[in-house]
Amino acid sequence: MTARTLFDKLWDAHVIRDLGDGWALLHIDRHLLHDLSGPPALAEVTGRGMKLHDPELVFATPDHSMSTLPGRNGLTYAPGGKLWTALRDRTRSAGVRLFDLGLPGQGIVHVMGPELGIVLPGLTVICGDSHTCTNGGLGAMAFGVGSSESTHALATQTLRQQKPRQMRIRCEGTLRAGVTAKDLALHIIGKLGAAAGVAHAVEFAGPAIETMEVEGRLTLCNLSVELGARFGMVAPDQRTFDYLRGRPFAPQGEAFDAAVAQWHALPTDADARFDREEVIDASAVRPTITWGTSPEHAIAIDGRVPDPRDAADEAQRGTLAAALDYMGLQAGQAIAGTPVDWVFIGSCANSRITDLRAAAAVVRGKHVAAGVTAWVVPGSENVKRAAEAEGLHEVFKAAGFAWREPGCSMCVAANGEQVPPQQRSVSTSNRNFVGRQGPGARTHLASPAMAAAAAIAGVITDLAEA
Amino acid sequence: MSMQPFTIVTGAAPHLSRANIDTDVIIRIERLTSLARDELGPYAMEALRYREDGSEDPDFILNQPAFRGAPVLLAGDNFGCGSSREGAVWALQGIGVRCVIAPSFGDIFYSNCFQNGVLPIRLPAAEVEAFAAACAGGAAMTVDLTTRKLVAPDGTESGFVVDPLRREGLLHGLDDIGLTLKDDALIREWQQVDRIRRPWAWPSATVTVD
Repeated sequence: MTARTLFDKLWDAHVIRDLGDGWALLHIDRHLLHDLSGPPALAEVTGRGMKLHDPELVFATPDHSMSTLPGRNGLTYAPGGKLWTALRDRTRSAGVRLFDLGLPGQGIVHVMGPELGIVLPGLTVICGDSHTCTNGGLGAMAFGVGSSESTHALATQTLRQQKPRQMRIRCEGTLRAGVTAKDLALHIIGKLGAAAGVAHAVEFAGPAIETMEVEGRLTLCNLSVELGARFGMVAPDQRTFDYLRGRPFAPQGEAFDAAVAQWHALPTDADARFDREEVIDASAVRPTITWGTSPEHAIAIDGRVPDPRDAADEAQRGTLAAALDYMGLQAGQAIAGTPVDWVFIGSCANSRITDLRAAAAVVRGKHVAAGVTAWVVPGSENVKRAAEAEGLHEVFKAAGFAWREPGCSMCVAANGEQVPPQQRSVSTSNRNFVGRQGPGARTHLASPAMAAAAAIAGVITDLAEA
Repeated sequence: MSMQPFTIVTGAAPHLSRANIDTDVIIRIERLTSLARDELGPYAMEALRYREDGSEDPDFILNQPAFRGAPVLLAGDNFGCGSSREGAVWALQGIGVRCVIAPSFGDIFYSNCFQNGVLPIRLPAAEVEAFAAACAGGAAMTVDLTTRKLVAPDGTESGFVVDPLRREGLLHGLDDIGLTLKDDALIREWQQVDRIRRPWAWPSATVTVD
């Protein structure tokens, strides 16, 4: 039998019918819905006079357009109220399990899935959200879809897909102390470019990944779409199984052991071939931050903002100049020491308990600098409760951070929570696009510890000096 | 989801050379929470199209008279990267775009185009730039999906590659759900076998999370 990759094995295991030319009708094992993409897709299925094919494989939670104000409800941000009501009504009538505000299970959809064991190794997982690739950190084949494909999957529990090319990124060595999965992800995107993964499924492998905790793998895979890849994956291993054991929707007891036995067969075979292979020296990665308007505009914290005059061609020069102008930065300036106005710790990239612990370790006993507004938005109700049980909320509040309710908040700015025009934010989210955190907002992407350090110092700061 | 078929499109082809134009720039998320699908045109690429006071930026290419309502968009690398929002395609349709030609596309945007009768064509950067130069004054080019040919303003023809299944779907405005449901017996049979092969993949309906 030919050697196969993790992706090959998952693909093959879900083919219902080969459609030719690399196309297949694939079974979808889990379909996650949120308040923005869920209600229209559910309405479209009903509007066509159809029913959900398998409602027990569909799970929903409100996150995108929900206020995260302490004490909020679904109507606190009025435009989101319509979407919240629609999500509640339509999931109820369709027989879809909803994890609603204030209840265990609710959270950012890509935090919720792994946390509840809804997502497991070997599953196909879709959601109307590009960061669905996050779930690949557990060894699932997880990918974002638009509303048409979401509707198709609700009606048929399948998708017609063409198999992508495959790339492996081997991360050699180990990450230095204080360097996280987020730094590694930004480093990789900075090095390979935001389009490197286009039309590819990416597998992250190598010693730095094998020694990485599951929540770090989720962060790394979260950013694979910022590398251009619809899929990011890490092979499941003992860390994965330990993480999943006992989670509510994971199989329990002997059924879990039987599942593990099957999951052991999933990792890429030794002599399997990839269309593209890249090697990254993980031990050389420094704390990394973005300076511009694409995640590929990433530099080490002790680095300098590029000079468009050094660009390879005219188009690149124009892109860099426009990014500098939008960000209000000077060509060649050191990134450290740049004053910040906002700090946002949250999002599907970095809002899990280990992220909050890392940020709390930096701020403990210190205080947010004057003029900086700093928020912590836990990724889910369960993360929030776990953090409060450890007293992390008190650490943040004593330091002058706002401690908020779970949701997407200022990462997506679809909920009334925005960075004001021309203000500078250090954010643990995944997109520094023009206007992403609000019209005119200037976003620097970084790890939770780096964001926390910037809040305390009031400027972008090298952690080593914090 | 009745889809407008795509056969032959002729018209102006403005060039947006900037790489990595993301779907957040193509349509802001807030527009999608407040507006219907057919109301998005005026907000397509608003961060680039309008100045701070809300007036149109006359320097932005899509605001130039020769390119208003242009059906073809020549774009840079990784066009439509980022968010999965299908509203990015609807917003471009709202300003008249039927075809986008770029060296590469964000994967989800690429797929969303086909779902809406918009043709995305991958073409080497040098060829995109050649069309951009030829169409710079507003001269019309033609995209012919029936023959898989592009025709420059001077009549020069060149080919392009499109996946046969995608092409069939666009030419006839085919509905994927209808096609797939013809296989529903096969889907249900696969599921029955799968419940035995992978019992762990089927969640119990009685799970509690409290």
